[in-house]
Amino acid sequence: MKRETQPGQQNQHWNRRDFPEAARQALAAQPAADSPFEHSQTRRNVRHATDVIQAKRNAVTAELHEWQALRRAGAAIRAHTLEHLDHYLLEFEANYTRRGGRVHWASDAAEARRLVLEILAPHAPREVIKVKTMTSEEIGLNACLEDHGIRPIETDLAELIVQLGHDRPSHFVAPALHISRGQVRDLFARAMRQPNLTDSPDDLVAAARGYLRQKFLTTPVAISGANFLLADTGGVCIVESEGNGRMCLTLPDVLISIVGIEKVLPRFQDLEVFLQTLPRSATGERMNPYNSIWSGTPTGDGPREFHVILLDNGRSPILADEESRQTLRCIRCAACLNACPVYHQTGGHAYESVYAGPIGAILTPQLHSMHAAQSLPYASSLCGACYEVCPVEINIPEVLIHLRSQVVQQQQSTLTGSLGLWNLAMQSAAFLMRDSHRLPAAVHLAQRLQSALVSRNGFIEWLPGPLSGWTKTRDLPALPAESFRDWWQRTRSANSPSSPGAHPNPESSTEQRHD
Amino acid sequence: MRLSLFITCYNDALFPQTGKAVVRVLERLGHTVEFRPAQTCCGQMHWNTGYLRESLPILRHFVHVFADAETIVVPSSSCVAMMRDHYTKAAQMDNDPALAREVELLLPRVFEFSELLVRRLRVEDVGARFTHKVAYHPSCHSARSLHLDEIPLHLLRRVRGLDLVPLANSQECCGFGGTFAIKNADVSSAMLADKVRCVLNSGTEVLTAVDNSCLMHIHGSLHRQRTHVRAVHLAEILACSEDESALAADQHFTFASSELPR
Ligand code: SF4
Repeated sequence: MKRETQPGQQNQHWNRRDFPEAARQALAAQPAADSPFEHSQTRRNVRHATDVIQAKRNAVTAELHEWQALRRAGAAIRAHTLEHLDHYLLEFEANYTRRGGRVHWASDAAEARRLVLEILAPHAPREVIKVKTMTSEEIGLNACLEDHGIRPIETDLAELIVQLGHDRPSHFVAPALHISRGQVRDLFARAMRQPNLTDSPDDLVAAARGYLRQKFLTTPVAISGANFLLADTGGVCIVESEGNGRMCLTLPDVLISIVGIEKVLPRFQDLEVFLQTLPRSATGERMNPYNSIWSGTPTGDGPREFHVILLDNGRSPILADEESRQTLRCIRCAACLNACPVYHQTGGHAYESVYAGPIGAILTPQLHSMHAAQSLPYASSLCGACYEVCPVEINIPEVLIHLRSQVVQQQQSTLTGSLGLWNLAMQSAAFLMRDSHRLPAAVHLAQRLQSALVSRNGFIEWLPGPLSGWTKTRDLPALPAESFRDWWQRTRSANSPSSPGAHPNPESSTEQRHD
Repeated sequence: MRLSLFITCYNDALFPQTGKAVVRVLERLGHTVEFRPAQTCCGQMHWNTGYLRESLPILRHFVHVFADAETIVVPSSSCVAMMRDHYTKAAQMDNDPALAREVELLLPRVFEFSELLVRRLRVEDVGARFTHKVAYHPSCHSARSLHLDEIPLHLLRRVRGLDLVPLANSQECCGFGGTFAIKNADVSSAMLADKVRCVLNSGTEVLTAVDNSCLMHIHGSLHRQRTHVRAVHLAEILACSEDESALAADQHFTFASSELPR
């Protein structure tokens, strides 16, 4: 066997820049060296695409009067499963094996890659076809396959676009959402050597179909992910819109599905909830056009070898943390991305992570230990739009705050962190704010000291250091000469020192009484 | 009814006019307002930034100060959301059953200002008059945490002379998010630019909300761009009555003291 890729190496390129810096570059639309699409059009593409999906999603969820009940049911089923994950995974393994499949357990990315290579070895394929799979992105499979002389061919249309453009996915339901139709045309024209290709959707789809059909018919091995594993039937469920996935799952001789351990559902019947909530949340469709469930290897139908690799890769520690366990309820619908005002601005690449958007902001730091992604839990204004749409009720803002507290604890455990500007500022603020005398005294001091910063119009237009981030685009009102507290003291408390303000203001009218 | 005002730390220092307006409205409705000078802050900034341990003594102080208050009114939805969404967990984290019990007793008595008027006092017409075009920005916490829904709009629709104009994408965050506006200043500014575009397109003269934090943020850009759209807390609109001469005397009624309501 050839040289194995170093553990962790595959993930390294995802954690190069902090979020604020990556976001700044995305907003400034500076072309990034490794992406041909990172220019000003990206933001417009992202905004347009997310607006379209959001509107469809809102329409098809509003029409279901039991939508909130479905969300609650989805959350309850996923929470129950996670509480008993060991039980359901073993049940899945037993039932799936009984039907002729093989289960492999991978504790991390390196082990998962090694397992894939071992399964592929006897077949010695030069190419493999792939159905869109986030777990494969997560373990850096494509680079590993290429290192071993095997060419991975993405068959999901959007993934194919990303692959042909040597780009990275920016959205895990619509990976090419940041790329416009015109850009796709240019890409296909070049990669498929069709200089006369137009940008009409029909032409583009026909070009992709011609290219892919050939691959489906001639490639012996396919690699997929899965949306759900069904413990009671030993089934693997994949939903998709194009039908290319189903070709990958039926035509090759060997099928390898790489699936996160959290993806199991107790019963076939549980799909009744998720096959309603997933398509409505993900693409705004009432049902996915292709819903496929495979169990084992019946003779004369489908692949003759069917492997499932159950991937842990950092999930067990999340499971052990009661506060953030809910992260693993996620069914990867990406509704939280489409709803997120931060994602709207930056697109997916700024997260420097396989999983972008709000779910990425909580999942990535947990999968790759916090040190690797300290800025992601802060990549949110905590507006709550993600929680509102999540079909399994993951309270993302709550998890973000929990992760922020871990970042703070990590920083405070080092000398540079505890002497850092943020920590000192927050400690001093806490010292003032917990005391009824210190806070007003600090306000009085600030009232006097601010004069150097206040412009003639009564506003602060420039602030130093990290605070300059505010005044770059925004003015700040100056502190008025008298705080509310002092006004009250001056005008009210003299009358009744023991119980200030106990009497209604004699000047105020009492034309209405609503006691 | 006897109402205890929690002004919140930033309203106290930056927007005293909002507190005065709350007092004015509630007293006009015949209620008694008290102000406990020992109050400081709800602990939100520390909690949301991840300084959970540091926020505990702050929220403990809040609970202590207001423990025996009958009903507490807060002109800030995000501070009320801090209490409702996180105080119970904070008390558990602190392993203090006594604090947990006090929090449990206190929370049902805490109301955001517009919520107090409509849900608790059952009044929508507070006798206000305000002859301007007004757009309402539903701040994130008021909409998604407190679920105020139409409450502020009900109040605004009963204000005499007020012309309520619709705001596009109103539910989208303005990009403030507390320390987010500093830590992620570029994204925050981009979000704000979208919000400000919608505000300007609405043709409104005044933008209102139940949170001065968001209003300060949005107005920060409106002011920087030298527009004449003003940002005014809902309480200040409701405080304006037929006799508006009293307001003109108040130097700090609006963000820009030189531009007073007609
Ligand atoms: S966190 Fe919720 S909304 Fe986001 S992708 Fe997962 S299931 Fe969908």
